[in-house]
Amino acid sequence: MTSTITRPATQAPAAAATETLSTAQAINRALRDALAEDPSVLVLGEDVGALGGVFRVTDGLTAEFGADRCVDTPLAEAGIMGFAVGLAMNGMRPVVEMQFDAFAYPAFEQVVSHVAKMRNRTRGRVELPIVVRVPYAGGIGGVEHHSDSSESYYAHTPGLHVVAPSTPADAYALLREAIASPDPVIFLEPKKLYWSTGEVTPGDTRGPGIGSAVVRREGTDATLIAYGPSVPVALEAAEVAARDGRSLQVVDLRSLVPYDDAAVCAAVESTGRAVVVAEASGFAGFAAEVAARVGERCFHSLAAPVRRVTGLDIPYPPPKLEHLYLPSVDRVLDAVDDLQWEDA
Amino acid sequence: MLLGPDGRPTTAGTGTLPPPEDLLRGYASIVAARRYNEQASALVRQGRLAVYPSSFGQEACQVAAAQVLADGDWLFPTYRDTAAVAARGVDPVEALVLLKGDWHSGYDPYERHVAPLATPLATQLPHAVGVAHAARLRGEPTVVLALCGDGATSEGDFHEALNFAAVFSSPVVFLVQNNRYAISVPLSRQTAAPSLAHKGVGYGVPGEQVDGNDLAALLTVLGGAVARARAGEGPQLVEAHTYRMQAHTNADDATRYRSDEEVAAWVGRDPLTRLEAYLRAEGVLDDERAAAVAAEAEELARHTREGINRDVEPDPEDLFRHVYSRPTPQLEEQRALVRDELARDEAASGANVTTDTRQEALR
Repeated sequence: MTSTITRPATQAPAAAATETLSTAQAINRALRDALAEDPSVLVLGEDVGALGGVFRVTDGLTAEFGADRCVDTPLAEAGIMGFAVGLAMNGMRPVVEMQFDAFAYPAFEQVVSHVAKMRNRTRGRVELPIVVRVPYAGGIGGVEHHSDSSESYYAHTPGLHVVAPSTPADAYALLREAIASPDPVIFLEPKKLYWSTGEVTPGDTRGPGIGSAVVRREGTDATLIAYGPSVPVALEAAEVAARDGRSLQVVDLRSLVPYDDAAVCAAVESTGRAVVVAEASGFAGFAAEVAARVGERCFHSLAAPVRRVTGLDIPYPPPKLEHLYLPSVDRVLDAVDDLQWEDA
Repeated sequence: MLLGPDGRPTTAGTGTLPPPEDLLRGYASIVAARRYNEQASALVRQGRLAVYPSSFGQEACQVAAAQVLADGDWLFPTYRDTAAVAARGVDPVEALVLLKGDWHSGYDPYERHVAPLATPLATQLPHAVGVAHAARLRGEPTVVLALCGDGATSEGDFHEALNFAAVFSSPVVFLVQNNRYAISVPLSRQTAAPSLAHKGVGYGVPGEQVDGNDLAALLTVLGGAVARARAGEGPQLVEAHTYRMQAHTNADDATRYRSDEEVAAWVGRDPLTRLEAYLRAEGVLDDERAAAVAAEAEELARHTREGINRDVEPDPEDLFRHVYSRPTPQLEEQRALVRDELARDEAASGANVTTDTRQEALR
């Protein structure tokens, strides 16, 4: 995939050098830079130490910063999350790794009842600057419980920020911003993009801004709205459509909460048609929220109902069948074909 | 046990009796805690508090938990531990805000190092370990005392917290107030272990049992545990045997699941009468001193009553103010919506007021 970030060149600091990194390397660099800059930053999770995490995202951090800064914990996700709450209450900035999306569920009560609510419960007196990194979603042939798209659970919980980068540059910048944020951030890392490479400017901590969507590809006929693992699918669909003479715009949400209504509406109003592409099961999912918001806000600009192309409403399938579950380029193009062009 | 139910020193327990001034201080705190419990329960009956889970009968545990801590230490309470929170120095009115319904947590946790009252069971215990670990990383001598009940020992978070504390050698004292019931479910349905203190064994955490209605024993056992934690010996688990003399809350009916005889037996083991008997026998407490202590407790009750009876109009803007450090654009929209609704309501009631004023003027 190509990963370019539409950021004005003037924002890039002159001294920072641009490097080609994979998403996993970009996240690793962001963790390393944050650990080096701020002694209150801690990385903790299962196998994050000597092994460097099952995806090697924390590779070398314990060696460089010691076992007190990059911490292998007991194998207990609720305990890890609750421990992080206490650390954050007492001056630390924990960055928690949940080993896999579906293994984060034991920590759900801590996330919903404490991580998300502590600021509100204490009228802002107790902040929890916690980042929860979750390798998430499918497409890598993972066996059962290794491919869940869990974003809707988190996005449905007030008090959490939820981001899902689709490029190495966003992964670096959003993670630096998440660690610096006084609010808890659920940081969803699309597993299938860990090995995708792109240009990254380490040290540029200003980030794209949690809460801001970005137009990845300009287009005039219809808008594809995607995030995380679905962005490359949308971009490929736009590429194929262009060969057929149809110009598709691609919006990468990258921040689910806060959600960028303004950017999404501006994009949809410019084309008059929209398809939401998301890997999670569609029913009652985040894609439904996007479609509803577009419907509510851009109704008079729409030439056709907003369509969703999502995962099926089934438990995530075994590796040999996952290709039937995942939103494909063909399904996206079929949905685009269905946008009432005959009336245009 | 250091003091028997009759207030006489026993040889059944280990450890030495705390100095009389510590016991006298504890006595005053127990009298205050009991008066606080009675006052809060009365405020429920008067409709001023939505609910009050009373620690009546457990006051020795409440008081000891606060008394063994230094200023820099932390206390992690549950919803039944408002008396401990007040004993730690939090304004007793602020300690009841959750139960009054003005907001969720009424006090600033950093002011007296008291975490917000935890309503979900055992979830505060891993927080306690995190707070202790952060302090230890910075070389601070902080000890954290985390409270929970017998029911909470069945929750996963209890076990994960003990394990984390042991693995990281965190200075945490876990105090389980075993009051025999989790709402209606007796201890026999929580565990088949010989004691709750045994639950430390699997994690390498020393466990100790203590008479939870004996302040002298509590101060000795908890004081020792705090000192050892502060000295770097890691976490400890203390099971205090006590009894919830009243129902779970005002919404509960304890007669459905326990007998009057059982309750009556525990009246004979009351933490206050035994301590008072001992202090009087020792000549440390006389009528004059007891009257002064009672007057102080009465003053606390008055402060509590007046504070809770004072109507605080919750600010609707607070609904949006603290969800995030900065409201999201979506929350800004919802805030505007609520503002509009309130303005319309005010305009409508304002119109009524104007009418009333006119009628007043006509007379």
